[in-house]
Amino acid sequence: MALSRRHPAAVFAVLAIALGTTGAAYAAVSASTAPKQVVKSATQVEQGKSLFLEGCSSCHGLAAQGSSDGPSLIGVGSAAVDFQVGSGRMPLAGPAVQAVSKPSQYSESEIAALAAYVASVGPGPAIPTQDMLKTDGADLALGGELFRTNCSQCHSVSGKGGALSEGRWAPNLMGADGKEMYEAMVTGPQNMPIFSDKTITVEEKQAIIRYLQELQKQESPGGAALGRLGPVTEGLFLFIVGLGALIVVAVWIGAKAK
Amino acid sequence: MSTNKAIDTVAGGKAGVVGNYLDDRLHGASGVKKLLNKVFPDHWSFMLGEIALYSFIILLLSGTYLTLWFKPSMTEVVYNGSYMPLKGVKMSEAYASTLDISFDVRAGLLMRQIHHWAALFFVAAVSVHLLRVFFTGAFRKPREINWVIGTLLLVLAILEGFAGYSLPDDLLSGTGLRIAEGIVQAIPLLGTYVAMFLFGGEFPGNDFISRLYSIHILLVPGILLALVSAHLIIVFYQKHTQFPGAGRTESNVVGYRLYPIYMAKAGGFFFIVFGVTTLIAALVTINPIWLYGPYTPSQVTAGSQPDWYIGWLDGAVRLTPNWETNLLGHTISWNLLIPALIIPGIMFTALGVYPWIEAWVTGDKREHHLLDRPRNAPTRTGLGVMAISFYLMLWISGGNDIIATAFSLSINEITWSLRVLLFVVPPLSFVITKRACLGLQRRDRDKLLHGYETGRVLRLPHGEYIEVHAPVSDEERAVLLGKNDVAPLQLGSATDANGVANPKGKSGARRAKLSEWFYGDNVPVPSAAELEEAAHHLAHASHSEITSH
Repeated sequence: MALSRRHPAAVFAVLAIALGTTGAAYAAVSASTAPKQVVKSATQVEQGKSLFLEGCSSCHGLAAQGSSDGPSLIGVGSAAVDFQVGSGRMPLAGPAVQAVSKPSQYSESEIAALAAYVASVGPGPAIPTQDMLKTDGADLALGGELFRTNCSQCHSVSGKGGALSEGRWAPNLMGADGKEMYEAMVTGPQNMPIFSDKTITVEEKQAIIRYLQELQKQESPGGAALGRLGPVTEGLFLFIVGLGALIVVAVWIGAKAK
Repeated sequence: MSTNKAIDTVAGGKAGVVGNYLDDRLHGASGVKKLLNKVFPDHWSFMLGEIALYSFIILLLSGTYLTLWFKPSMTEVVYNGSYMPLKGVKMSEAYASTLDISFDVRAGLLMRQIHHWAALFFVAAVSVHLLRVFFTGAFRKPREINWVIGTLLLVLAILEGFAGYSLPDDLLSGTGLRIAEGIVQAIPLLGTYVAMFLFGGEFPGNDFISRLYSIHILLVPGILLALVSAHLIIVFYQKHTQFPGAGRTESNVVGYRLYPIYMAKAGGFFFIVFGVTTLIAALVTINPIWLYGPYTPSQVTAGSQPDWYIGWLDGAVRLTPNWETNLLGHTISWNLLIPALIIPGIMFTALGVYPWIEAWVTGDKREHHLLDRPRNAPTRTGLGVMAISFYLMLWISGGNDIIATAFSLSINEITWSLRVLLFVVPPLSFVITKRACLGLQRRDRDKLLHGYETGRVLRLPHGEYIEVHAPVSDEERAVLLGKNDVAPLQLGSATDANGVANPKGKSGARRAKLSEWFYGDNVPVPSAAELEEAAHHLAHASHSEITSH
């Protein structure tokens, strides 16, 4: 009988209050920890390790040594982690010929922690500093020449990307930021070769990035760019729009004759 | 005094005076009158050749403008124009001057884009015009020679286009030339010598752009102009073909006189072609050479493709497996020889001699001024569609990398699929097209015999439903009866009645078989007796319909 005195909705009300307060308390606690971004390296490595064990170790091994499902990460450096996890390529959506770029699954601090952990298991290329990414003074023309010599055979001169063998591809660079480009060059993700500072110096990398950023900004001087894909789209446009229009006119003139 | 009066009375005022002055000296009046009274038949598909002619004129005009600034030289210069990303880059004078045309010459970029778009239009219009002539049988006697001139025009147009594409000396055009050099080298025995001769030494050398320039602006356009003139004069002289229809026979031409109707229409169409080309050139980029950078043999770009008319040859090269044989110390590069020399060689030769092949197979020696509707020559139409589908498969494979990235497919799988489809699709298209044509022929015969379906459904007193048929219009009837009915050749058997071997028996039998293949399935046009009976039946049907009301 004591139960019947309570309102039937009371149990839900209590539950809602309990969840609300817990949630609010958690939010308050986590909000208070958020500003402390400059954590001690050791703590960051620890956090990274636990994130790694949770999200990466099933393929890359418990000590990042690699397994039959994923390569060793010893010596890939923090730049590789920042590129792969930051661009959402890692963790993989599923086994495929190539990792696809997608919204990142981790927050910036988590990526930094993962990167710190992977950097701690073996030395490798580090995430470029803001200084290294400054392209204001870089040589634009040199960047273009380097890009055409080293990159365009896969990414195409317009940076729109291109096909590789067996369903792989070189991605479109027109949406990439400077840090991604830099990290890709030093770590050689997927099918890309590594361009170490010995083959392409830091200044040269900055020049390439500046050239690509110029291409990203450049408005097509000659009108609609047709995807900057070259003669294939030009030919399609010619037949579908150009010749199509003229034949429509010819049919119209022919019909007028009667 | 009297002379002044005479001048005053000349018809047409001042124009008449000028006309008389010229006629007194050149005696051209009767010729011009004949010319202006020339009658041309009307059909939209007859204007496809006009598009080609007008694009050619646009090419001559815009090309002349470009020659005023283009420098056909491979001398190395440092670019100092207004396109920032290439400032300070070493390049050939040819490329630098093309950049100047694009960025620093007034209307230069527009002219370049008009020239390039018009070039694509030109080859496209020539090709589509060729298809029209093929599918309507306009190449038959007496027009075989003009057909050959047309084939030559197509080949020259392709070469001319490729030469133009190669002139700016950017990365794309240089890559194209590198492949052209490879193709030349693939010619057995002579290849390497010819390549060295053409390029004046090792590729790319220092001579080629200037050599190509005189070929592109003088030699080939000169030949093109001469052939185009011959092509048109022959059309004038032989008179234009026409589709079958009421009042049209093999010995007349029904249409409008050149002056004023046809001249106005053709002139207007010229401005439309020019207008559309200019509009596209003003709104849509073509060949943004500044993106490609100067040609350097050490560089290459993904997505290197030729203009559309070379695309099928590029595709053939992409499809051919990497076959090579080493014969007595000489490499025979089948991987280039087959796709880039043998296949186009066969295609263009077959194209050029087709009128004679068909005439031989059909034994048709008559003159033809009335066109075939494509359905009425099912084997020819089937062969044409077969050739188109073959071309199309090669064309698609020319863009295999773009298709792979655009549709997230594997380029290897695309290539293998196309290798199979190249042999499967053409014969299939032949069979399907031929059957479709024969079906249309049956429908035409049915229309003549039973009239067309009016869509009016009646219920008869005893409950039966019928759809009312009505005789086709006189115009359509003339079109349907205009079918050129030809029986297969009857060339006798291998032995005569006495059992003596016929000396021409075997080849004759083979030819008869081919002819049977060409014409055997044709649905005959109803005979006069059949038509009369059908007309009677139709009249009766409409009569019974009236009485049944």
